[in-house]
Amino acid sequence: MEPLQLPEWAALAPALLLVGTALVLFVFDSISPHSTNRSLIAATAAGGSLASLAVAAWFTVAGVGTPTAAGGLGEIDPIHGFVVDQLALFFMIIVAIVTALVVVASYDYLVDHAYQAEYYSLIILAASGMSLLAAADSLVTIFIALELASLPSYALVAILKDNRGSVEAGLKYFLIGALSSAIFVYGISLVYGATGYLELSAIANVILEGEAADYGGLLGLGILLLIGGFAFKTASVPFHFWAPEAYEGAPAPVSAFLSSASKAAGFVVLFRVFTEAFPLGEEMRVAIGFDWTIAFIILAIVTMTLGNFAAATQNNVKRMLAYSSIGHAGYALIGLAGLTVDGGELVMGAAMMHLLVYGFMNTGAFLFVALAEHWGVGRTFEDYNGLSARAPVACGAMAVFMFSLAGIPPFGGFFSKFFLFMGSLEAAATNTAMLAVAAALVVNSALSLFYYSRLVKALWIEEPATTRDRLAKPTGLYAAIVVAAVMTVVILPGFGPVVDAALEAATALLN
Amino acid sequence: MMIEALIAVALVGALLTFIAPNRVAGKLAFAISLIPVALSLWMFATFDGSGNALIDGTLAFESHLEWIQLGEYSISWFVGVDGISLPLVVLTTILCSLAIMSSWTPIDERESQFYGLVLFIEANLIGVFTALDFFLWFIFWEAVLIPMYLLIGVWGGPRRKYAAIKFFVYTNVASLVMFGAFIALVFGLGDVTSFALPEIATAMVEGGPDGLFGLEGSTLAAVVFIAMFLGFAVKVPVVPFHTWLPDAHVQAPTPASVLLAGVLLKMGTYALLRFNFTMFPEQVETYAVPIAAIAVISVIYGAMLALAQTDLKRIVAYSSVSSMGYVILGLIAFTHFGVGGATFQMVSHGLISGLMFMAVGVIYNATHTRLVTDMSGVADRMPIAVGILVAGAFGYMGLPLMSGFFGEFTIFFGAFGSEALAYSQVFTALAMFGIVIVAGYLLFALQRAVFGPYELETDYDVTRAPLHDVAPMFVLLGLIILLGVAPDLIFEMITDAVDPILENGGDS
Repeated sequence: MEPLQLPEWAALAPALLLVGTALVLFVFDSISPHSTNRSLIAATAAGGSLASLAVAAWFTVAGVGTPTAAGGLGEIDPIHGFVVDQLALFFMIIVAIVTALVVVASYDYLVDHAYQAEYYSLIILAASGMSLLAAADSLVTIFIALELASLPSYALVAILKDNRGSVEAGLKYFLIGALSSAIFVYGISLVYGATGYLELSAIANVILEGEAADYGGLLGLGILLLIGGFAFKTASVPFHFWAPEAYEGAPAPVSAFLSSASKAAGFVVLFRVFTEAFPLGEEMRVAIGFDWTIAFIILAIVTMTLGNFAAATQNNVKRMLAYSSIGHAGYALIGLAGLTVDGGELVMGAAMMHLLVYGFMNTGAFLFVALAEHWGVGRTFEDYNGLSARAPVACGAMAVFMFSLAGIPPFGGFFSKFFLFMGSLEAAATNTAMLAVAAALVVNSALSLFYYSRLVKALWIEEPATTRDRLAKPTGLYAAIVVAAVMTVVILPGFGPVVDAALEAATALLN
Repeated sequence: MMIEALIAVALVGALLTFIAPNRVAGKLAFAISLIPVALSLWMFATFDGSGNALIDGTLAFESHLEWIQLGEYSISWFVGVDGISLPLVVLTTILCSLAIMSSWTPIDERESQFYGLVLFIEANLIGVFTALDFFLWFIFWEAVLIPMYLLIGVWGGPRRKYAAIKFFVYTNVASLVMFGAFIALVFGLGDVTSFALPEIATAMVEGGPDGLFGLEGSTLAAVVFIAMFLGFAVKVPVVPFHTWLPDAHVQAPTPASVLLAGVLLKMGTYALLRFNFTMFPEQVETYAVPIAAIAVISVIYGAMLALAQTDLKRIVAYSSVSSMGYVILGLIAFTHFGVGGATFQMVSHGLISGLMFMAVGVIYNATHTRLVTDMSGVADRMPIAVGILVAGAFGYMGLPLMSGFFGEFTIFFGAFGSEALAYSQVFTALAMFGIVIVAGYLLFALQRAVFGPYELETDYDVTRAPLHDVAPMFVLLGLIILLGVAPDLIFEMITDAVDPILENGGDS
């Protein structure tokens, strides 16, 4: 039988499905602006993200974008400025998973909320931006997709209009976001000025031919500014200050969405830009005078250390999670820090795996906070005391997330951290600075156990200070949390395929 | 697929128990836990392995599946048992069942969660003793921590939070040290492309690591040996890394203490035997004297500490430090009887310490005190429980025809004649002095606590313990005597697996 031949633009289907869903939601909203038919809206959003997930997973399994494998369709260039390969699909899957979980969980969280359709359409619109970001391979499309992901996010953070914290967080997020966009655009313009191209592969060609050497300083500055822009998007040091404020003020499902999906989207471009446009090697060093891996080694160590130390001192659970998410950005940065001239698939693949697992465990953790907000139990560790007596299943799931984030077996977080550690050691054979990164990874993981287990202790071991009535069990939130927990655990036996997919994506990217 | 079945039954049972209603959880967990007991006994009966699992042995119930391919390194689901691991697997399943039954009385809140965690621990413990891939093994090794942390933290005594966190932090940091060192070793072994322990052991014996990060191969091996020894020493625990143990034991609920002393401590000595003593025969010889010194200090110091306690449970806890010191001494002797006796002692101590903790727990349930100074003459009111406590104490002291005697005797016999260990006679003689102290504090404590006129002032009605409290202790006592009378039930199996290790360095 002739294999079904889809048109080339169909390769972007996972992202386009999200775009379409957002448009459908807009239509709903215009037909009936104050619709109270929450189920329909939420179901549409969930259906759209699940469809996106299904298509992306199907494409991955079918081998879309696999470069050389027999029967693979090769890297697909559907529209100018976009590319669909295994890397793009891998991250589209992460975005779709997080979106689906968040949408399902939001159904209960938003029960008395006035802006149902707006909320879901903003979420799906931001998800479309993130999904497109995974496939963008020109600095222009990257910028546009980045803004498409960011602008709805600002609104989402501030969506609780009557809540001062939410509005303030939205404002801060917006101002810092605007500043970082400016920095990023400036970086783009400098790179363009130095090389004359915006497409990533074209930029690489100019550098490899040595033509950019005359503008080396310009290029170097441009690269640093780009790093700054990405650091904002991924909440890495030194542009991380917005994250705790925004995550704390935002509704908890939105925090989950931003800290998981948005971060993953930021990393996928970071990976793509730095591996495709600025190839490591002699030419690069001649052009800008240093290896950019040094920048990432420093950023990785500083980000994970600062994030973890700050998280350890928090009393507010949401802020603790926010800082810990900064720490995890540091872990993911190892993926770039560990690249070498002719290798690094392992470490980059490990970083991707970490982002995938993180998509489950971090989303789940924030959704538990959403559940706690739904119950109205308060925000500090003390307020969480003894919740397990009332809600053992949800608290069991939360314990899974916490231990997984800390990197304790047998949960998914252990695997990805272990592979990051192995990748760092492998890279250390050629670049001894990576030993420091590996050490920082282990020390920070040990440190992080302190504050993660503190939450487990609050939930399970401490006695509640106040007597509580029966806690409600909202179906959507519960379902999302349990699914995330189950995935955090069963990713263990299923890690073979995940590793293969991630390593394949990394290999495709690096060659 | 027997081992998979064992682990799966415990895991599924844990899940079922977790969601079952509180009032049936205890019975349900016990019923489920009988399946692993039956399976492990069947494995014991049909065991057809020979030699050491890591050195060209024939494994029983082996299964080896590709799991993850990570660059050039492969990770596999690789499990199997040899003569060292099988007795420990049987010990685990039996002790878990008995611990569950002995929890019926003391555990009276959140039962379903409690029993779920116990079964979860059982699954991981079986995994630790059967996994033959480092990665897989480490998963089980670490996964034991979480349920134990919760068991101590939720159901423990007044200072349970402190004890739980101390336990967790201590053992986790130790694991990380060991883990980092071992990964560095695998990278240093140029030809090794998997985490399978037999492959690593073979490579270690055949030439050792090439070196890594500018370290010479021999330096790397030494660093890894020491880091791993420290990592496992905390788990065993040996002096001076023992301070988490009394806290954890005293605060833990009885069944958790039983598992902690009975099986968790054996994880440390088992890992020492599997990793340090099997893979690094040269380093064992180099560091024999300091390790033997640590062992002897643990024996004497642990016993002295036990002597100074007034809390019955603390006495039993510190005596574990002392007993595990014997095991280390037997291992470092590196002889047929030394290592074999040490492995036998792991099983024996698991049974005896489990029995002691259960007996103390039953007495505590009735009297609500564990202080030797408070109670007197409990024997009048609870003759059976006290009788068992006394019998357990005699087992601890090494009464002939009980398993403790055979374990300690073979260890001393093996250690005395050791050629690998310098000054072995001195070390052995010093360690033997520990027996005297053990007898001293046990008899002293028993004499004050349980005999004499009944003077306990308590509001509780001190009466005979119910059958389901006493039955598990009778089973344990029976096993202790069985192994004491017929040690060859497992000793042959053990030495068959131990001897190949000695051929690489020791004097068999």
